[in-house]
Amino acid sequence: MIVISEPGNAHDCAAWMGRVIEACRDAIATEENRLCDLDRAIGDGDHGTNMRRGLEALASERQRLSAMPFAEAMIAAGTILVMNIGGAAGPLYGTLLLEIGKGLSIDGLEFPQVFQKAVTAVAQRGRSSPGDKTLLDVLYPLSDELTKHTHPQRLAGKVQGFADMTIEMKALRGRASFLGERSVGHMDPGAASCALLAATVCRELTEAGVA
Amino acid sequence: MTGGRENVGIVIVSHSPLVARGAADMVRQMVGDSVPLAWCGGNPAGGLGTDTGAILKAIEEAWSEAGVAIFVDLGGAETNSEMAVEMVDKGRAGRIVICNAPIVEGAVIAAAEASGGASLAKVVATAQELSPT
Repeated sequence: MIVISEPGNAHDCAAWMGRVIEACRDAIATEENRLCDLDRAIGDGDHGTNMRRGLEALASERQRLSAMPFAEAMIAAGTILVMNIGGAAGPLYGTLLLEIGKGLSIDGLEFPQVFQKAVTAVAQRGRSSPGDKTLLDVLYPLSDELTKHTHPQRLAGKVQGFADMTIEMKALRGRASFLGERSVGHMDPGAASCALLAATVCRELTEAGVA
Repeated sequence: MTGGRENVGIVIVSHSPLVARGAADMVRQMVGDSVPLAWCGGNPAGGLGTDTGAILKAIEEAWSEAGVAIFVDLGGAETNSEMAVEMVDKGRAGRIVICNAPIVEGAVIAAAEASGGASLAKVVATAQELSPT
């Protein structure tokens, strides 16, 4: 789940957060098989199932999360993902949210800066760089767009293109890297789930009228 | 787990509970109860994978004031172990090392070293000698 900014007042924010969590859960549930298929091609085939378990856990706690201040909710949500996804994706998505939460707790940081720092932390966690065929190939360009203040509606239409770019990449991290050249021609499942979640959050932001 | 509380502890983290348990059995055969030992394997749903919560519990079980050496198999086991170490309280986290060594051979050799009362640094170095540099 990638959150662009905090909308409106506390009540609206709580309701919005609950909706975003449900929308992300639904998006992952709908695409579970596709994510598993992508992972089966170049990994161990469980990415969709793992993500679904993580998002279901998040959804079951959405009321508690919605009642929290935004930064605190991000930290709690990150911990839930770490504890429930059960693959390398758990620590990666978890780190993203934990770091967003921590960053938002620092006075004076704008959301794009917070997001950029969180993406750097994810890269450190996975010891990966852009171009390695991972979810970072979605997160880095997404971060650049946030810095440029691209409208969420426009961003929602762009993120899948970032994931598509991983098709021609050779995997340098994770299990897909064992395949070497044979990993070329397949979309990275982590990039796919990341694009899916980012697009979902962007659509929810658009509907909430947050620019 | 009993005895040997003063020796460095060993934690084994595999995607497969069978691999983790099997590696732990081999460690026990080698060193008996002379080192604290714990293993975990499988994701939170019981399938193949790794579980940060289970890793935290294993660290707790194998805890020794001399420290803990963790042995992992594939990527997610390492990433989840790193996450778990960060979630342990700061005083302990500095005494936990995730070893760059093969899971079975590393754990057995590390345990043999630990059973003689070696320091965490020595236990880790001995296990990591197994890895190509």
